[in-house]
Formats: sequence, structure tokens, C-alpha cells
Amino acid sequence: MNPDLNLYPVLPEIVLLSAVSLLLIVDLFLTDANRHISYWLAQLTLLACTAVTLATWPVAGMPQIVHTFNNLVVDDWMSDVLKIFSYVSVSLALFYGRDYLKQRGLFTGEFFSLALFSLLGVMVMISANSMLTLYLGLELMALSTYALVAMNRDRRECAEAAMKYFVLGALASGLLLYGMSMVYGATGTLDINGIFTAIYNGKANLSLLVFGLVFLISGIAFKLGAVPYHMWIPDVYDGAPTPVTLLIGAAPKLGAFAFIMRMLVTGLQGMVADWAAMLMILAVLSMIVGNLVAIAQVNLKRMLAYSTIANMGYLLLGFVAGISKQDPLIGYASSMFYAIAYSLTTAASFGIIMLLSKKGFEADQIDDLKGLNQRSPWYAFLVMMVMFSLAGVPLTVGFFAKLVVIEAIIGVGYYTLAVVAVLTSLIGAYYYLRIVKVMYFDAPTNTSAITVRSDAHFVFSVNGLALLVLGIVPEPLLALCYRALHVSF
Amino acid sequence: MSYLTLSILVPIVAGVILLVMSRPEQVRTVRWIALFGAVLGFLVTIPLYTKFDMSTSAMQFEELARWIQSYNINYHVGVDGISVLFILLNSFITILVVIAGWVVIQDRPSQYFAAFLIMSGLMNGVFASLDAVLFYFFFEAMLIPMYLIIGSWGGPNRVYAAIKFFLYTMLGSLLMLVALLYLFNVSGGSFEILRWYTVPLSHKAQILLFVAFFFAFAVKVPMWPVHTWLPDAHVEAPTGGSVVLAAITLKIGAYGFLRFILPIVPDAARTLTPFVITLSLIAVVYIGLVALVQKDMKKLIAYSSISHMGFVTLGFFLFSQMGVEGGLVQMISHGFISAAMFLCVGVMYDRMHTRMIADYGGVVHTMPRFAAMMVFFAMANSGLPGTSGFVGEFMVILAAVKVNFWLGFTAALTLILGAAYTLWMVKRVLFGKIANAHVSELTDVSAREFWILATLVVAVLVMGLYPKPFADVMHQSVIDLLSHVARSKL
Repeated sequence: MNPDLNLYPVLPEIVLLSAVSLLLIVDLFLTDANRHISYWLAQLTLLACTAVTLATWPVAGMPQIVHTFNNLVVDDWMSDVLKIFSYVSVSLALFYGRDYLKQRGLFTGEFFSLALFSLLGVMVMISANSMLTLYLGLELMALSTYALVAMNRDRRECAEAAMKYFVLGALASGLLLYGMSMVYGATGTLDINGIFTAIYNGKANLSLLVFGLVFLISGIAFKLGAVPYHMWIPDVYDGAPTPVTLLIGAAPKLGAFAFIMRMLVTGLQGMVADWAAMLMILAVLSMIVGNLVAIAQVNLKRMLAYSTIANMGYLLLGFVAGISKQDPLIGYASSMFYAIAYSLTTAASFGIIMLLSKKGFEADQIDDLKGLNQRSPWYAFLVMMVMFSLAGVPLTVGFFAKLVVIEAIIGVGYYTLAVVAVLTSLIGAYYYLRIVKVMYFDAPTNTSAITVRSDAHFVFSVNGLALLVLGIVPEPLLALCYRALHVSF
Repeated sequence: MSYLTLSILVPIVAGVILLVMSRPEQVRTVRWIALFGAVLGFLVTIPLYTKFDMSTSAMQFEELARWIQSYNINYHVGVDGISVLFILLNSFITILVVIAGWVVIQDRPSQYFAAFLIMSGLMNGVFASLDAVLFYFFFEAMLIPMYLIIGSWGGPNRVYAAIKFFLYTMLGSLLMLVALLYLFNVSGGSFEILRWYTVPLSHKAQILLFVAFFFAFAVKVPMWPVHTWLPDAHVEAPTGGSVVLAAITLKIGAYGFLRFILPIVPDAARTLTPFVITLSLIAVVYIGLVALVQKDMKKLIAYSSISHMGFVTLGFFLFSQMGVEGGLVQMISHGFISAAMFLCVGVMYDRMHTRMIADYGGVVHTMPRFAAMMVFFAMANSGLPGTSGFVGEFMVILAAVKVNFWLGFTAALTLILGAAYTLWMVKRVLFGKIANAHVSELTDVSAREFWILATLVVAVLVMGLYPKPFADVMHQSVIDLLSHVARSKL
């Protein structure tokens, strides 16, 4: 077989695309009463993708990194790991959002297909080996999420959020594209490995490259939501229907991590000193602004939005440690661990909002969690795990996530940066503690019984307990991140 | 599985079981399971003492298992003469706390007992850890149950106190985290605390590490001027919370001095000795004076705790065997006495629902048995010979006089101050005419309360009259520790 037409590496994408097409057609023939068929079809698709990804995992002896489509796409350990956690986060969004969507008239085939299309975009981005595929994946993801945010079009906040998201997102894509064109101009190639070789051989125009790099980083910072490109995050997180917030908050962050790994770490390896310095500024600003502004929030979704901004700051720290001469992979692996831990935590944090919401009632105010311990001790316990995980307190996976990124920057001698990171996380602890306080120390204002579907209850319990279990035995996931990066780079 | 692992796991498992039993009709079962868990937790720690080899300073009952290979983090536990007694003390106090909360806690008792048992296991973990990340893991994790205890079952201002407690201690420990990670890097990728004892460090690095560690542990001890969380936390916490805070949590700070600061950064410790001694003396004298003017009994005892812990840090930084052992004995003794004092206040608070000294007077007329025991504990708190309070203070003063007469003299002021604030409070609360109708309606201690306090009377007396079993355990480890301090790491 022609090696350039090897379809094996993109099998998960093919499965997903075919399934979404099928879903779109099937959905046409469904009435609202049996719309759940589309829902289960979407969940099945995710399961099938997971199975395919696992089945095509390269075993020992086989090539661990496979390129296909003339080097446009790459399949390696990192892409497989990130894809699996992306499936998980989308699946969680669907589980938690089922009743929520039904009550708001959003339980439609379009929702599921758009969610899966955005996942496809993330997957393409994760597997991209050329600036072209990178951009295609990014846009597929972005366009689907614009539409998702706008789905609840009768709500003014949704329309506003969608508009902001679209305009700013388009601007960021433009910046990114501009940056890519300059990198192309400087190196003469779109291929990531080609860019690396061109810089390595000294054939690239460095001043043009640095100029392009600035635009690239602006674009990526926008997608991550790092300060000063963070202004869309609170409005979009707040305005979008909560399942969509979760879709934006989890899988795309894994995609953005892959974007940095492909574009900056692989392609622009020669400019590591430049981009590491830029990312450091973004990281410090994000940690400070995100954590400080989150204190003032009374809306839980907005608070979590600012918490996202802060967390992206910590995630970037691992890349800053990439300047290490000895083993830069330690830093990247710590960021990868952080991204995965964060996606699991954030899924649970938005999950509880969906589980507590009812028809005509959004549980998106911090006060809506009041006295949760008396209404449901189990949920209060799980949400407490989520909050402590976001704050980075031991017993939860968030602690090890912070530990490894801070270890990485101390390893390269950035002590002041480490102190800034821990002090800002102390500020962060304050508003996470406040959530625990509301749940445990305040009396409930709303004493209505919490009704949750049993499958969502089960999934949420597993999700919350996973934070605790990974917080006590983080080694499997940590080792997986290391191994994935070692094999892939 | 070693006894140490059991001492960590037994209370935690019991606590987790309790968490599941949240229905109101299960209250009786919940109490008995809590007591069973606490007693079993204590029983598994007894072999730690009976089988302890006093002739060596090496770690005993060691257990080593891989935990996080990627970072060479291990589950490594073990005890020496410095840490073993605190595990016993902690497990012992846990039993008393469970009994003290027996009928008093009516609101969500299963969560209450679960929080205490889980915290007890975590604190045993702190004392047993020989791996720095493991230590930090327990050190931070134990904030969670304590935060919930203060915030859920505390007094009117409990939320403020709980959040202050959490953030204050977290601030300190986060700086320590940076220090731990730094040491990980300079020691060639090891989190073994004992290996760090031999890692050479420049003077500047030692000073910075000292500051990070010192801040973490000084907040916990607490030392003046980072002590302000303690009176708030003590006053607002339920009785059991105050007991555990005073008896065990504060000791973790002082323990950190011995496990981390002295052996890892000995040169910085010697350089900064005057600084630490000054802070200790301020705690002893100034905080003693502050205690004198308190109107709230719990606050008074809280300040008295700070003052007594000043003695401990003073003893450590004299760098003599007498001083360090005196500090350690003082820690154990203070564990008993402060627990007893808070339990006494709890006994009165459960009846009167006020902690103000002015609301009491003449309690001795209505609660004679209780008054007798409280007077005894007050005497112990002011360092009466024959009680455990005397032994540690006397050793530290003796060691201080050897270094400098005026140092010893200032430290000895505590004997006057301690007697002044404790006995004056006792006089106003217990003696005199019956102050009001509420006092005249008081009933004497129940059998449950009597036995808790009586156990502590015995403990205080035994330790006061025959401290040898306590001191013997420490000797070898303290000598070894001082040899580390004497050796320069530059």
C-alpha cells in the first residue's frame, strides 16, 4: 500500500465523521419522543472512537510515530492519549447535560452533531503535522462551538456570548493565520518538521520568524484564554448553555496543548528561548489576574471562568520549563498531566451546575450551592473534591498537577516564578474555600429534592472519585504522560 | 503492613465508614464505631512504644514502597525517638475527643466523628513520613477536616476563623513546597528527608530555605507574630477541635523544626538563632501578658498555648541535649494539659453556653469534683512541680541558664506569668460566691466527663513524677540530631 495513503492513523477521525453523518440522517427521521436515539448514537460514537483509538495503539515493534497524507497528519502516543481524554470530556458533557438540554429545548440532533464536529476539530488539531491541518482543525472546532454557544438563541445572554465569541474568535484566527503565513514565508514550508529543519539549518529568516511567533502566540493565547486575551472567557462561559461551556472548557484545552506541542515545541524548537519568555509573561499575568478577579464573582460559572484563566497560567508554566537543557520533556509532560487533570476537574465542576439545574432554573449562582451538604452529602463531598482539586490541595489530583509544573520550573531555576505561582494559588484557595464554605457551613435556601438521572449520578460519582483516586495514586497517569511524550518526541 | 501504616490507615478507614452512615437513626452505631475506630487506632500504636529500640537513633518500623516513580516519590514511613511519642499522643487524644463529643454533638455526628478520625490518621502520617512529598501530602490534607470541623460545628464567628486558619497555614506550607522542590533538585532527585541531612548547601541557599521552612512551621507552632489565627480558631472551634488543635496540630509545627530545619539547614539555624530565640521569648513573656487580660476562657488558654510553645522553640534553639529534650517533653506535656484545659472549658460551656469568665463564679459550690480536677490542671499549666508541666519547663530553663543567665531569667518569668493568668482565671471562675442563678443550677460532671478528665489527671501526674520513660525514648535520637546540627554543611 502506498504509505502516504495509510488510513490507519486517521481511523478514529473517519469513524467519528461517518458516525456524525449517520447521526445527522437518522435524526431527520426521529420525533422528539425518541430523540434519545440520537443521544445514544452520539455516546456510542464516542465509545467506538475510544475502541478504535485503543485498537490502533502502536504495539511494541511497530512504528510508534506514523505519518500519513504526505505528512499532513501524525499519529503518535501523545495524540492517542489526548484524544481519549477528549472523548471522555465530551461524553461527560453529554451525560451531565441530558436533562439540562431537554428542559431547555436543546435536546436536538444538531447539538450532538455539532458537539461531535467540534470534537473532530480537536482531534484533527491534536494529530496535525502541518500548519494547514492545524488551522483546519482549529477552525472546525471553533465554528462548531460558535454555533453551539448560539443554540439557545432566545436567551439574550446566549446571543451576546455567541456574538462576542465569534467576533473575537475570528480575530484570533486571523492573527494566527497571519503568524502562520509569516512562518511559512520565513521557512518556505507548512510542514512542522520542515519548519524545524529549516530553522535548524539556519535557512530561516529569524526576524521574520520572531514577528510571526508573536502572532502565533496571540492566537494560541486567545484559544487558551490566557491574559491578556482572556476577555471572552467569562462572558462566553456564563452565556453559553452549561453543557456547551463544558465542551469549550475541556477538550479544546487538550487541543490547545497539542497545538503548542506541535507548533512551538516541535516546529519552532529553535526559538524556544523566545516563545518560552512570551509564555512566561502570559502565565504570570493569567495566574494573577485570573485568581484575583475570580474572588469578586458571585456567579459560579463566571468564577469558574476566571479559575480557568488562572489554571491556563499554571498549564503554561510547564512549557516555560521547556528551556531546560537536560530534559525539556519533563516540563511538557507536567503540562500534559495538568491539562488532563484540569479537563477532568472542570468537567465535574460544570457537571454539578447541570445536575442541580431544573426547568427554568439555572444553578449558576454560588448561593445555589448553599447547604448542599444537608441536601446531599455525597454531592457536597464530590464538589468539595473538585474545589480542592482546582485549588491544588492534597488528596486530589490538582495537587500533583501543581506539584509537577512547579517542580518543572524550579528545575530550570525560576525560583521567583515558582513563588509567584504558589502565592497566586493561595489567592485561588480563598475563593474555592468559599464554595466549600457555602456548601458545608451555610443553611440551604432551596430545600427541594435533587433529582438526577441515575446514569448521570453514576458518571458524576465516578468523575468526582477519579479526582480523589488520581490524587492518591497519580503514578499511572503521570507515567502515561511521560511515556507518551518520550515516545512521540 | 507495619504498625505505622496501620496507625495511619485504621482511623482513616473508620472515618470513611462513618461518612457512609449519615442517617439520623444510625447515631448510636455511629458513636460506637467511632469509639471502636479510635481505640483500635490507639491499640495499634502501642507496639510502637513497647517494641521500640531505645539504644539506636535509626528509624524504626520502617516501610518503603514505591508511590510515584516518575518523581522518585516513595511511601516511606518510619519513626525515631522524636516522632514516636507524638503518634501515641495523637491516637490517645483521639479517643478522648470521640468520647468528649459523645452526646454533645447532635448535628451530623457521623461527619463530625469521621472528620476527627480521618484527621487523626493524617496527622499520624505527618509524624511518620520520611519522604518529603508524603509529609507535605499529609501536612496539607489535614487542613481539610480541620477546616470543616471549625466551620461546621464552631461558634458564631466560625466561618471567619475557619477560612483564616486554612489560608494562614496554607501560605506557610506553600513556601515550604518551593523549598522541598528546591531540595529535590539539589539532592539529585530525591525526596528522602534523611538524605537531605547530608546534602551540602551554600549559606545563602540555607538562609532562604530556612525562611521558607521557618514560615511554614512558625505559623503552625504558632510563633509571634504569625500567631493571630490561633486565638480565632481556638475560640470558634468546638471543644474537640480546640483539643486537637492545641494538643497535636501545634506540635506538628515544632516537630517540623526538628525534622527539617535543624538538620537540613544547620548553618542557617545557627546564624539565625538570636532571631528565633527573640521571637520565642516574646511569645513567652508578651503573649503571657496578653493572656492575663483575656475575658474569654478559651482565648486565655489559646494564648497560654502560644506562650508554652514559645518555650518549646526556645529549647530547640539552645542546641543542647537538655534544651531539645526539654522542648520535646514540654510538647508532650502540653498535649495533655492543654487538652485537659479545653475539655474543662468544654464541660462548662456545654452547661452554660458561655465562655466568658465574667459569667462564672463559685462553680466549686455546685461542681466540686469538676473544680478539683480543673484546679489540678491549672496548677499543671502553671508548671507546679510534680506535674508534667514542670519537667519540660525546668529542663528548658536549666539549659537556658547554661547559655546565658538573663536568657534563663527571662524564660523563667513564665513561671510567674503562667501562674498569674491561669490561677487568676481559676479563681474568678471556680471560687468566690455563686455569681448568678445559672451557676447555682449547674450539675457536676457526668461519669463520661469524669473519666476523660481522670485519665488526663493520671497522665499528667505520671509524666510529672516519673518522666524517665518519656525521656529515655528520645535520648539517642536527640544526640544524633544535635550531631547533625553541629556539622557544617557549607
